[in-house]
Amino acid sequence: MSTAVDMPRFVRAKQVEALPPPNLARGPIAWVRQNLFSGPFNTILTLVVFYLLYVSVPPLLKFLIIDAVWTGSDRAACRADTGGSESGACWAFIWDKLNYFIYGSYTISERWRVNIFFALLAIGVVWLLWLRAPRRDLGAVYFFWIFPIVSYILLTGGNASFSGRFWAGFAILGALVIALFAFFAALLKTAMRPALIMAGAIVAVIGITLALIDVDFGLAHVPTSLWGGILVTLLVATVGIVVSLPFGILLALGRRSRLPIVRMASVIFIEFVRGVPLITVLIMANTMLPLFLPGDMTVDRLLRPLIGTALFASAYMAEVVRGGLQAMPKGQYEGAMSLGLNYPQMMTLIILPQALRIVIPGIVNTFIGLFKDTSLVAIVGIFDLVKTIEASRIDPNWAAPTIGITGYAFAALFYFIFCFGMSRYSLGVERRLAAGQKR
Amino acid sequence: MQTAVSQTSPPKKSFLYDPKVRGIFYQVVLVAAIIFLFYVAATNAIENLQRAKIASGFGFLNNTAGFDISQTLIQFSAAGGTYGDAFIVGLLNTLIVSAIGIFFTTFLGFLIGISRLSKNWMVAKVAMVYVEVLRNIPLLVQLLFWYIAVLGALPQPRNSLEMGAGFYLNSRGLFMAKPLYASNISILLTVLAIGLVGTFVYRRWARKQQEQTGRQYPVGKVTLALVLGLPILTWIVLALVGANPISFELPRKGTFNLTGGMQILPEFVALLLGLVTYTAAFIAEVVRAGILAVSKGQTEAAGSLGLTPGQTLRLVVIPQAMRVIIPPLTSQYLNLTKNSSLAVAIGYPDLVQVFMGTVLNQTGQAIEVVVITMGVYLTISLLTSFIMNIYNRRVAIVER
Repeated sequence: MSTAVDMPRFVRAKQVEALPPPNLARGPIAWVRQNLFSGPFNTILTLVVFYLLYVSVPPLLKFLIIDAVWTGSDRAACRADTGGSESGACWAFIWDKLNYFIYGSYTISERWRVNIFFALLAIGVVWLLWLRAPRRDLGAVYFFWIFPIVSYILLTGGNASFSGRFWAGFAILGALVIALFAFFAALLKTAMRPALIMAGAIVAVIGITLALIDVDFGLAHVPTSLWGGILVTLLVATVGIVVSLPFGILLALGRRSRLPIVRMASVIFIEFVRGVPLITVLIMANTMLPLFLPGDMTVDRLLRPLIGTALFASAYMAEVVRGGLQAMPKGQYEGAMSLGLNYPQMMTLIILPQALRIVIPGIVNTFIGLFKDTSLVAIVGIFDLVKTIEASRIDPNWAAPTIGITGYAFAALFYFIFCFGMSRYSLGVERRLAAGQKR
Repeated sequence: MQTAVSQTSPPKKSFLYDPKVRGIFYQVVLVAAIIFLFYVAATNAIENLQRAKIASGFGFLNNTAGFDISQTLIQFSAAGGTYGDAFIVGLLNTLIVSAIGIFFTTFLGFLIGISRLSKNWMVAKVAMVYVEVLRNIPLLVQLLFWYIAVLGALPQPRNSLEMGAGFYLNSRGLFMAKPLYASNISILLTVLAIGLVGTFVYRRWARKQQEQTGRQYPVGKVTLALVLGLPILTWIVLALVGANPISFELPRKGTFNLTGGMQILPEFVALLLGLVTYTAAFIAEVVRAGILAVSKGQTEAAGSLGLTPGQTLRLVVIPQAMRVIIPPLTSQYLNLTKNSSLAVAIGYPDLVQVFMGTVLNQTGQAIEVVVITMGVYLTISLLTSFIMNIYNRRVAIVER
């Protein structure tokens, strides 16, 4: 039936033509094919997204840049009936009001003080956040003590002019504190020197702070009702972070404490604050704070929301710090104790430096939230950036249809730049910390 | 040696070195400080209130409010409504915007979160840009932006946009058909209840069958048929008989305004849009993290067991991802509910706007009003976290 010729062969007798090189395995076209048009579903998806982008992006660019009005001194530039253009954003408005958006109604001749405040803030932030900055312990002293005092003096003008009676009272109180420490040292039969040094340091820090506020530097007084714009936005955020970090650490330690009442008080505070919206805390600070103080004492209008945001941020910060404390391996606690360290030493020397380091991303994220939330003070009538935009929007000099949108676009841009920058930073730190954990 | 050690008794220590004593001391100091703080605040408050001649107590809830609210889910009028009624109106407005917002934001958030993991480069990048932009701009700015964009772009009532099916859009909001219920709606509700009970029973039976015999029954289809199909069928039958339980009142176009129908405030639309798009960005991140948390080995193991990609997703990936997703998802829902208080900035009559705004200003009873309002939000938060704790205990991985 079969001959030798028909026998199936298992070895090829003829050379096969070489296949052509794989078509477009690399290069931009192959990339597009792989990532955008790899199948019918993907192709449809890509086309839909392209269409959405086509519908949204060109008009946006047209509005924000191409058709925008860049120059002009009043509404005429942005109104069609006076020969202006209505189809684009009215950046001339922002340019005209820029000083108001930055400083509010802060006395014009004194605005250099605000600029110094911005510079000092930038120095403090960079010092603390740049992981390789020198002497970050000094940075912390600067940011949490020197910077707040200097800023207070710069912005308000200082010169609190305390009375002689106030200083006498302070001297008595200081002596009392020192005596109390000495008494406890004697009672506990511990060394007298460290107790006296500690008490002296506490009294000295408070005293120097008060004295600096008291000194007349010859700066004109600027009432807080004139402050506004980005100054107030950054101020609320700064006060929030300066207060909430130490206070949040205390709350976190309290929540992890073995003492039941301390733990309960911390838990109640944290859960209460985290359970209510910030705006209710702000309204509470606005309406109830004056009630709780003696009748002849008034709280500055700007101070009330500052207290509200600081308390609010503390509760969130406490939870972040608690995460760090819980992430510490138990061996660290046990190691510290076996070295004979007491609780404050264990926390300040061993646990907190490590715990705070690993929660830097969490702290920055909390700060981003705090920074965005500062916009809420506008609702209780504080002239932050959003409120200054609201106020300028209805200025008859700039009555034009695109003003509102332009103003909010500016605010959105401002917040976006800050928040996005911070979130990138926190991502970078996260990656660096993760690199250390890799084995 | 040993005897020598045992003979030297430990040195007598001051009882102040006893950690227990110290602990009690610290706590006594703390309690004293808190009580002192509260005492000072309370005495000052009583004095200040008396000087300002402001009443105290919760009696004001029964006083006539005397103001109108633009959106009321229950009967409320300036003449007859009390402050207590105003509170309920505000609370319901908060709850409805939160509930609808949660529904839509879940959908949008999951869509964007899954898109961020798409193999399609374009889709992933667009989703990423969405998340980054929306997350980094304060909600208040977004709300004001939406409010102006939504309100500013809409025409006057007299030239309303007609969208068909009884929908009209103008600067006073969205107008649509209003459902009117006849008395025999109860039949429909009964049928719905029967469908729900039937589904429950069927599902238990199907699960038992599967556990015992391994046979699977079409649970999804039967659920759909019982819960949706049965009531709709009843409705059609009733309508054919001539006893239609639900009819619709369409808005009519007058010369200047629309009458009848249901009106949805532009403030509501703006608030809903802002909350949904903002929260969706956060939910997207939660979803993405949850899906990435399921290790690749799980997918590969499912594949080696012969499950199809669809089954892998449905039976292996999603159940495990949900365990990671649900706790942060709930806190996002809570955030949305709390953020709905920003309504006060654009004038939507939610709890804060009505109660902490108008009522507080009219009565001056700051303490009572603040306590009630915060109490509401606190209750919602604590209730949710209580339920979440129970859920977490149920789904937590049982380790060996």
